[in-house]
Amino acid sequence: MRFDLVLANWDRFASGLLVTLELTALAVAIGFLIAVPAGLAIAEGGRGAGLLRAWSRFFRGTPLLVQTYLFYYGLAQFEFIRESPLWIVLREPWWVALIAFSLNSGAYATEIIRGAVAAIPKGQIEAARALGLTRFQTWRLVTIPVALRSALPQYGNEAVFMLHGSVVAGIITIQDLYGTANWFRAKYYSPYEGLLTAAVLYMAVTGLIVLAVRQLERRFLAYRRVSR
Amino acid sequence: METLAGFVPLLGRGLATTLGLAILSLALATLLGAWGARAKVRAATGRIRAQFAGGLATLYTSLVRGVPDLVMILLIYFGGQRIINWLASLGGAEGADISKFGAGVFAIGFIYGAYLTETFRGAWGAIPRGQGEAAAALGLRGFTGFRLVMLPQFVRLALSGYGNVWQVLVKSTAVVSVIGLEDLVGIAVDVGKSQREPFVYIMVVLVVYFGITVVSEWLFARVERRANLGYQR
Repeated sequence: MRFDLVLANWDRFASGLLVTLELTALAVAIGFLIAVPAGLAIAEGGRGAGLLRAWSRFFRGTPLLVQTYLFYYGLAQFEFIRESPLWIVLREPWWVALIAFSLNSGAYATEIIRGAVAAIPKGQIEAARALGLTRFQTWRLVTIPVALRSALPQYGNEAVFMLHGSVVAGIITIQDLYGTANWFRAKYYSPYEGLLTAAVLYMAVTGLIVLAVRQLERRFLAYRRVSR
Repeated sequence: METLAGFVPLLGRGLATTLGLAILSLALATLLGAWGARAKVRAATGRIRAQFAGGLATLYTSLVRGVPDLVMILLIYFGGQRIINWLASLGGAEGADISKFGAGVFAIGFIYGAYLTETFRGAWGAIPRGQGEAAAALGLRGFTGFRLVMLPQFVRLALSGYGNVWQVLVKSTAVVSVIGLEDLVGIAVDVGKSQREPFVYIMVVLVVYFGITVVSEWLFARVERRANLGYQR
């Protein structure tokens, strides 16, 4: 085991870690922005609910790797895509990864939010209406805050899931944390040091996410704690 | 598109590899999960050996669940090769090449065994305490009580979590194509590139995986309904 070689390349592992964090954070954030309206629309049976449900179900029912391949290898099959201005974005692995990851994370998050909205006791919504809140005010002041709070623990799991799924970026040649471990393996003909380093760093980030979610739960789910 | 039909047998072989990988991994994961859950539950008895096994199981579940599946697969693939070579050199024999399929089964089984440990432990804990005591009071001791009283209730409580782990496990098999396994994903990507129709072939893979998901959902819903028969109002 030559961990001195890892230390000699610490800057590469650091930048790989940054790419992983960046892709994961952006995908979860974009997924969240999609999921709140989408989850709400499905739970309340609004317009387009069927289409949104189909998208969420399909992206949850298939592997992230294959979804990413569809964007990465698949789209290049069509000449009209290669000749469209979109190609400037779609030929870049980083953008392909971000788009696929966001759609995937958004699909899982949509289901989480949908479930959280559906679990709100009917009386709370009726009470809001009885107070004279409009539809939009009800969403903003009652439905969304209550749903987001109860979705928090599951959302933490989704963030960890996305972090671990982001190794797909390394498979499509991006130098993320996994990509760096793979580069190390090829360069030094030694599989363990780079992979073990990546494993430890992934574990550390996982731990940090779990701790952060626990802090958020303490803050936002404080009302659930039983008073003795 | 026209050539797709000609590749159906090849894709079918890939699907068989994927399904075999998933089912064997689930079997291994179930064994590891049963071991892990038993070790964690018994750690509370306070005996030194039980506490040691419980600590080992806790280490196993917390380490495995922090690492992405692909990193674990590669570590087991390369690490397993080294262990085999080392064992062979001890016996003075020539080292054999570790199979990609075997490494995949071992890695995915190892990973999801950690998740099943938690599922099984939760289900076991959800069986009312009085049930075990009542069984003992009736003279159903040891394995008999386990088989007749605890196991049926355990299965009912563990089923939904077990189904969820299976769904995630199936999707995880796609990643084994990265070490060069000729599973559904590996074959479809290769054929898609050579036929210059990657979109078509990758779409086929997505549809097949979605089909597996839908069929599994349906099967588990059926089994769960059956297991819950006595509880329906």
